[in-house]
Amino acid sequence: MTAAHSTLTPDEIERLKAPARRENRYRILSYFSPILLLLLWEAASQSGLIDRRFFPPPSAIAGTGWRMVISFELFEHISATLRRVGVGYVMGAIPGILLGLILGLSTPLRRVFAPIFAALYPVPKIAILPLILLIFGVGDASKFVVIAIGVFFLMFYNTLGGVMQIPQIYLDVARNAGATRTQTFLRIALPSALPSIFTGLKLAAGSSYIIIAAAEFLGARSGVGFFIWASWQTFAVSRMFVGIVVISLLGYITILLLEALERRFVPWAKH
Amino acid sequence: MNVALARTGRKSGVDAFAAPIVVSNLVKAFYDVSGDRITLAVSDVSFTVRRGEFVCIVGPSGCGKTTVLRILAGLEQQLSGTVRIDSRTPPAMVFQEASVLPWLTVAQNVAFPLSLKGAPRQQQRERVGELLALTGLTEFADARPHQLSGGMKQRVSVARALVDDRDILLMDEPFGALDEQTRLTLQQELLSIWERTGKTVVFITHSVDEALTLADRVLVMSPRPGAIVADLPVPFERPRDVVEMRRDKRFWDLTYEVWRLLAPPGV
Repeated sequence: MTAAHSTLTPDEIERLKAPARRENRYRILSYFSPILLLLLWEAASQSGLIDRRFFPPPSAIAGTGWRMVISFELFEHISATLRRVGVGYVMGAIPGILLGLILGLSTPLRRVFAPIFAALYPVPKIAILPLILLIFGVGDASKFVVIAIGVFFLMFYNTLGGVMQIPQIYLDVARNAGATRTQTFLRIALPSALPSIFTGLKLAAGSSYIIIAAAEFLGARSGVGFFIWASWQTFAVSRMFVGIVVISLLGYITILLLEALERRFVPWAKH
Repeated sequence: MNVALARTGRKSGVDAFAAPIVVSNLVKAFYDVSGDRITLAVSDVSFTVRRGEFVCIVGPSGCGKTTVLRILAGLEQQLSGTVRIDSRTPPAMVFQEASVLPWLTVAQNVAFPLSLKGAPRQQQRERVGELLALTGLTEFADARPHQLSGGMKQRVSVARALVDDRDILLMDEPFGALDEQTRLTLQQELLSIWERTGKTVVFITHSVDEALTLADRVLVMSPRPGAIVADLPVPFERPRDVVEMRRDKRFWDLTYEVWRLLAPPGV
């Protein structure tokens, strides 16, 4: 490397490195572009360009948020929402992944059972919330179930798609190496489908927060969704925005966590 | 044409009982439901491979040679005809495409057949170490497949096929996608491995050059539906030097002969 360096003039080295430097500048700028949006919002709201009652300036929202953080007012809601999403997510993801793997590997089972899932999938999860509330009551159980249903379908279809895209060659390798059915399932199908499974896990995390927000609007006495709804009813717009920011952050952090897990467990996929 | 004469590959009746691979009147067809079309892939293929022999099947692409190999490996079923494999172990296969499992390291890929059998860790480690050394992969033991070149990946496939020491090695154009220099290197390595291990090898290729370089015997297949049109002994002595043997006039005479069979005049 150094030998090659010495044959280049400083000017050539400079030109060689210029594109990488430019790339770096853009990356730094990319961190600031959301802040620019907030600044515009702040200015527009302060100057009365947009209605302060609907869009209070970000500084006011941050102030409200900070007061709520130091008074621990939000934590009860956050923990309720996280509990519901967490339990419902696991309840939906595990059967979704398992059934996706099984139906993906077995053509006869897929032929028989896939139409059932195809028929149920398009039913909007929020539309059946009243039914679920009727069956499971207004407590946490109904929230677990509605999230589990939403997560189940996303995991089922993503896993199924992942398994069906396994290159035939991997199955041939397993067969030639003498793999049993279970070994093919665990050591070929599961790792092959893992990138799709993680795509499903991230999609499911996003939709879990959509579902929980709606579910908490309607039938709950706690949770971030309930907090947003209650703030709306008392026309506490700043508090409502705090709720929106908090639930967005929860979703964002969940996806960051899943991405970290993905890097850990799918090190062979391109990131 | 001497097609009809050479067609019967069963001339080795004497040691047929000892032959580990006997293929008789193999027929394979595919049915395309949407077009209601039947494609005859292989028609009436018969041949025998002796123990420890290196046989190459050469033919144009689409002639069904891969299908024959997949049937030998038990990955596909023939429509009619018989395949008799007389061996203490099922055949090991080296595939044409990248068949290295991307979620495993190089060492784990090589160990795959052993770990399926639940061989003790220590034994796996030793055996994998031997094969990595044999295929020149020792320093890549912990690399992931996506970090390897095409040649390296095929070395991994070869090492994996050798790891549990099966008697028969089936190779489906394993070096087809590689550049010429890499291919020559791997051919030389394969020959030296084969000379040391004494395995029975059936090697598929579309390259006449490769077939003559490697084989004791070359089976020439016709275009689809594939049938064996010639069974040519390759007279070069062992061990072979893949570069030096190109100075031999017989190499070019044989090349000419095979090409005449593959591309009859007037076509």
